[in-house]
Amino acid sequence: MPRYSFTLNGESVSVDAPPGMPLLWVLRDLLGVTGPKYGCGVGVCRACTSHLDGAEIQPCVVPVEDCAGRRVTTIEGLAEGDRLHPVQQAWLDCDVAQCGFCQPGQIMAAVALLERTPHPSDADIDAIENVCRCGTYHRIRTAIKQAAAHR
Amino acid sequence: MADLADDDAATGDPARPDPSRRQVLVHTLSASTLILVTPLAADRASAAPGGARTSDVVARGDDDERLVLEVTAANRVVVKLPRVEVGQGITTAVAMLVADELDARLQDVDIPLADARAGGSQYTGGSSSVRSLYDPARELAAVARARLVTAAARRWRVPADTLRTSDTRVVAPDGRTATFGSLTAAAAGITRPDVPSRPKPASRRRIVGRPATRIDARDLVTGRAKYAGDLAVPGAKPTVVARPPTLGGTVRSVDDARARAMPGVLAVVRIPTGVAVVAETFHHAFQARDALRISWTPGPIATLSDAGIRTRLRAALPRLAAPPHGSTQVTGEFEFAFVSHAPMEVLTAVADVRADRAELWFSSQTPIEARASVAEAVGLPVRAVRVRVVRGGGSFGRRLTFEAAIEAALISKRARRPVKLMWSRADDVKHGRMRPAALHRVRASLAGGRVVRLDHDETSVYEGSGRDEDALALPIPTGAWRSVDSAPYQTAEEVVTDEIARALGKDPVAYRRATRGRAVRPVLDRVAAAGRWGRTLPAGWGQGVAVHEEYGSAVACLAEIDATDRRNPRVATIVMAADVGTVVNPRGLEAQLMGAAVDGISTVLQAGLHIDRGAVRESSFADFRYARQRHSPLRFEAHVIPSTGPPGGAGELGVPAAAGAVANAYARATGTRPRRFPIHF
Repeated sequence: MPRYSFTLNGESVSVDAPPGMPLLWVLRDLLGVTGPKYGCGVGVCRACTSHLDGAEIQPCVVPVEDCAGRRVTTIEGLAEGDRLHPVQQAWLDCDVAQCGFCQPGQIMAAVALLERTPHPSDADIDAIENVCRCGTYHRIRTAIKQAAAHR
Repeated sequence: MADLADDDAATGDPARPDPSRRQVLVHTLSASTLILVTPLAADRASAAPGGARTSDVVARGDDDERLVLEVTAANRVVVKLPRVEVGQGITTAVAMLVADELDARLQDVDIPLADARAGGSQYTGGSSSVRSLYDPARELAAVARARLVTAAARRWRVPADTLRTSDTRVVAPDGRTATFGSLTAAAAGITRPDVPSRPKPASRRRIVGRPATRIDARDLVTGRAKYAGDLAVPGAKPTVVARPPTLGGTVRSVDDARARAMPGVLAVVRIPTGVAVVAETFHHAFQARDALRISWTPGPIATLSDAGIRTRLRAALPRLAAPPHGSTQVTGEFEFAFVSHAPMEVLTAVADVRADRAELWFSSQTPIEARASVAEAVGLPVRAVRVRVVRGGGSFGRRLTFEAAIEAALISKRARRPVKLMWSRADDVKHGRMRPAALHRVRASLAGGRVVRLDHDETSVYEGSGRDEDALALPIPTGAWRSVDSAPYQTAEEVVTDEIARALGKDPVAYRRATRGRAVRPVLDRVAAAGRWGRTLPAGWGQGVAVHEEYGSAVACLAEIDATDRRNPRVATIVMAADVGTVVNPRGLEAQLMGAAVDGISTVLQAGLHIDRGAVRESSFADFRYARQRHSPLRFEAHVIPSTGPPGGAGELGVPAAAGAVANAYARATGTRPRRFPIHF
């Protein structure tokens, strides 16, 4: 079985995995990193949203070989120690989460959006595809704007 | 939990009545820390004739439904909650009630979920949790506080009534302080507190009624919160099930040779609902599942589709009697599609079934029933089955039943190893439970400028094979979906209400004010004012209102929709107002109303399931079109009507009003009369 090495949340990791194995299951089942959630397995609910070299990806549809030698960041890698990332802090301040299951993905999508577009419009926020079945969208919108304002 | 010791006594003493004694049953468990237990409403009702709370009844045993509070030596206040947290915020609400009563800091309170018990009610549903816990949680904490204060008074040899409590400590007039943790052992030995142990009046509350952030918010934004699939139970291997193409299909034969030979595959076992694969990772499990060669026997409704179901529903509706002589009619026949619960976390259960015992981890609204069913399924006595209740990634009624737990237990037993079973999203959408398809017929008979008769008949599919006068039994997995049948009912009712108002030349808000119950007037007035009812809107836009009363609460919703593009309407604004009696956490209430609004938008405009020849057509959020950010309101407001009344239910409350308001807004924006939901389907 091939071995793949990449940087995960700032640390080098190597993992033996079959080619084609989605990053999501490499993270969850081989590396014990459970922040990215399974919600559909086909890239449409986006509960697993994480970053590859700082850009948004859906690990459920990204094969592990595509990550070799690159930087993978999950929700666990966002805070610096006890200091939350500003987007996490905005989520906390706005009390966004209900069940919370989609929120790691929502936060990672918002961080990626703010990297691309520091001051997103409502239309930019509308383009976020991540499903929240609890319907926290309005607080997500508020939190993104708050995080943008505090940059 | 320890057994109740023989010398345990109920609070107070007949010779020196404690004011709380009339109201509350509290038991002390013999321990080195203060542990108090009180029965919940269901037990109180069953323990005392007539349902009265009677101090003379001494409940015994250690495994029925109780609320248990412990003050640990580490100064944590721990309440084991016989409910499940699925996002509705019940752990935060209970922490607030307890912290306020004890004068503890909210961050010093922990609310773990209780394991499934053997008896009593451990039910989470019907928007009943705050209502059932509001009194017991406060009473329990008030008794604990009285004992902690008494313990401090005796330690310091000062009158107990000179002491106060704050920040999880007892404070003396001279400034000395003692943490609750330092007093807990002494408090455990006190049965007659020197200060009253009744809950504080509302005027002295400093936490309840004020907006609080969820106690688990930090865990939720850092990815630390654990759901069933995130648990690292030793040896529990990823497991998936191959399921039939049609509802209720069964395995005719299976060739699993290729699947078994695949790397990482640990076991392949048959269960009544399909063929399970246990593997090293979910990737391996899915790959092996797809390599199974299964011949399926079609399910019992393999020739039935939506049109046939509609025909049968129509046939099940009762015939209407002749309308009153001389009246004119406003009528509507309303169709509602099946709707998936589709919680973000698919059904997941970890099971470790051994020859003589079993242990399971999953999220459940009905853990007592689940425990009994698992025990029966694997042939063990109930006491040998331990069910650990885990937080759920949403529910909306889905976790009232426990299919994954039963399957996981059967697979674990047959594979002789612990398993972590996960339904795929396609499993969830295609074989999960659904809000049943329903047909409503409403006929209002008008005469003399008013409604003289209103008929509203409904029929829906329900899972079964029997005959029911008012419903259509079919082998389709249906289930209670947030607000059960109230949302379809109220949608039909509120659409017709607008059409009646139009027929009578009345304004929809004014007409509701005049004809609906007194309880809805304040909430209706609030949304009309805050949402600027009747304001001038561009062509293609419209406003709609609806109201709803249930669970001892009242709610109104005003929706404003941009239907310039009829196929892609956007609800731009939602304004809701609710009177739910005493509010524990206004921020939590707002969250529930916000979610209810999105449920209303989704189910009325775009999200439903089709049945095609015995199978659900949809398979993920790509085609089950639950609202995304671009469908949710840009402006959302929730107004809370101040009240000192007893708390009402709130979790489901907003859905019927939101659904009705969105339907009416769409109708007014487009000049149509919506009759089939979701409208774009």
